[in-house]
Amino acid sequence: MSIILDHVSHIYESGTAMEFAALKDINLVIPDGQFIGLIGHTGSGKSTLVQHLNGLLKPTDGNIYYKGADIHDHDFDKKELRSKVGLVFQYPEHQLFEIDVFTDVCFGPKNLGLSKKETELRAYAALKQVGLEDDYFYQSPFDLSGGQKRRVAIAGVLAMKPEVLILDEPTAGLDPKGRDEILDQVAKLRRETGITVILVSHSMEDVAKYVDRIIVMNKGQIFLDHEPKEVFRHYKELENIGLAAPQVTYIMQALKAKGLPVDMDITTVEEAKTAILKALGR
Amino acid sequence: MLRDITLGQYYQTDSVIHRLDPRVKLVTTLCYLISLFIVDHWIGYVIAGLFLLLVIKLSKVPFKFMVRGMRAIVFLLVIAVVFNLFLTPGEGEPLVAFWKLTIYKEGVRLAAFMAVRLVFLIMGSSVMTLTTTPNNLTDAIEKLLGPLKALKVPVHEIAMMMSIALRFIPILLEETDKIMKAQIARGADFESGNLIKKAKSLVPLLVPLFISAFRRANDLAMAMEARCYHGGEHRTKMKPLIYQKRDMIAYGMVVGYLAVCVVCGKVLW
Repeated sequence: MSIILDHVSHIYESGTAMEFAALKDINLVIPDGQFIGLIGHTGSGKSTLVQHLNGLLKPTDGNIYYKGADIHDHDFDKKELRSKVGLVFQYPEHQLFEIDVFTDVCFGPKNLGLSKKETELRAYAALKQVGLEDDYFYQSPFDLSGGQKRRVAIAGVLAMKPEVLILDEPTAGLDPKGRDEILDQVAKLRRETGITVILVSHSMEDVAKYVDRIIVMNKGQIFLDHEPKEVFRHYKELENIGLAAPQVTYIMQALKAKGLPVDMDITTVEEAKTAILKALGR
Repeated sequence: MLRDITLGQYYQTDSVIHRLDPRVKLVTTLCYLISLFIVDHWIGYVIAGLFLLLVIKLSKVPFKFMVRGMRAIVFLLVIAVVFNLFLTPGEGEPLVAFWKLTIYKEGVRLAAFMAVRLVFLIMGSSVMTLTTTPNNLTDAIEKLLGPLKALKVPVHEIAMMMSIALRFIPILLEETDKIMKAQIARGADFESGNLIKKAKSLVPLLVPLFISAFRRANDLAMAMEARCYHGGEHRTKMKPLIYQKRDMIAYGMVVGYLAVCVVCGKVLW
């Protein structure tokens, strides 16, 4: 049991005219090693939720436990928590500041008080994990392309060797190729290291292929929390809250409506292909 | 983290003061500030205080918002009071005298007046900024400075720059908050350490902030050009400023207030 959220609520600007309840009574258990998709419409509270997981925001009500310890206990080491629960913000490339890529990635481990050698080893490993070529290491981060900048920023968090990696909309503003590359890279990383990954997104399409569990948020509350195929069965309800199931779900629905006896429990294009061929008896 | 800054912050609600023409509010604020410096009798300050209270009451802005803005000037206030208290020369017996410091009656009077003036001054201008959107305010400035156009002063451009600058304050504050959080998530520490260490720790915040400000400025310039923006002549407004009846009443009240201030000073002094 890695992270537990117990009746967590968060109200912004409490007591003013701008008061806004971003999270309402959230209960969650995030076990070690799971690959989770956190889905919700803009303003559903998903970014607020993930900022609670590494203690950047303090819940106005409720408790958060990391490995059994309350993270807002006064003797809890927040810095330690932030190295264990790595959070990559939206558009993380906007936080790059160093003169070259390598130094920037070193920032995180250096802040943990590691030796120079250990820092550099970790930075190197992290840059390799995100698939960045050596040629770029000593270039200014501002000279790189959007996708490369984002990899550098993700490496900056990976270099702290987190046990839980949270990515807030890691594919926002990237083209389809850049998007697939980043997501494939993350999936590979998880396969190799077995870390817990939470992927925040508003697109089911993005996460359907990778995750074992989908948490759907709506208006600050958890709307659905199941494995992907179960979530996609509720595609009508998802539409009502401004989300959509992956396109293959709709195709399968349409085929079924036309009388083709296809298996509905599919989440990816590959599975759909097998299911259709099977239904056609080939 | 940075939400405590009230100066230049608009408080959205619906009140008579909010609906007033921004020109009225600007002129009133100016008159009010001047009135604070022409009265020099406690009766005058009572009148100024009552006038301010009335306006605050009418504006429906919670009183604590005004007080929040005061926090920023506490330091200035203390300095002004201390200097006036000790450094005003007076006639007759000093009230208190120890070592080289002496306090005269005149000093106490001046210090008290200075404190009241400063508090009213900040509150008075806070009422204006809290009840007027930055856009309206710059519109008013543009209109009021209009005659300077004859002297080739680029009034429109100045107003435009002001409104852009004001518009960007909340955006940059939000951006600062975001970058700060992102760097804290990478283990950055903005709070502990001595002055030099603290200053150094700001680099990971300031560099991305500057870059983002330039990027935004660039985007905005591009967007304005794409819409063929050119300032000055022949531009019309979607909501031109037109005086209503209530604005005239407000002007009347301000003139009345000024008259009372002056008369009180003359009669009682």
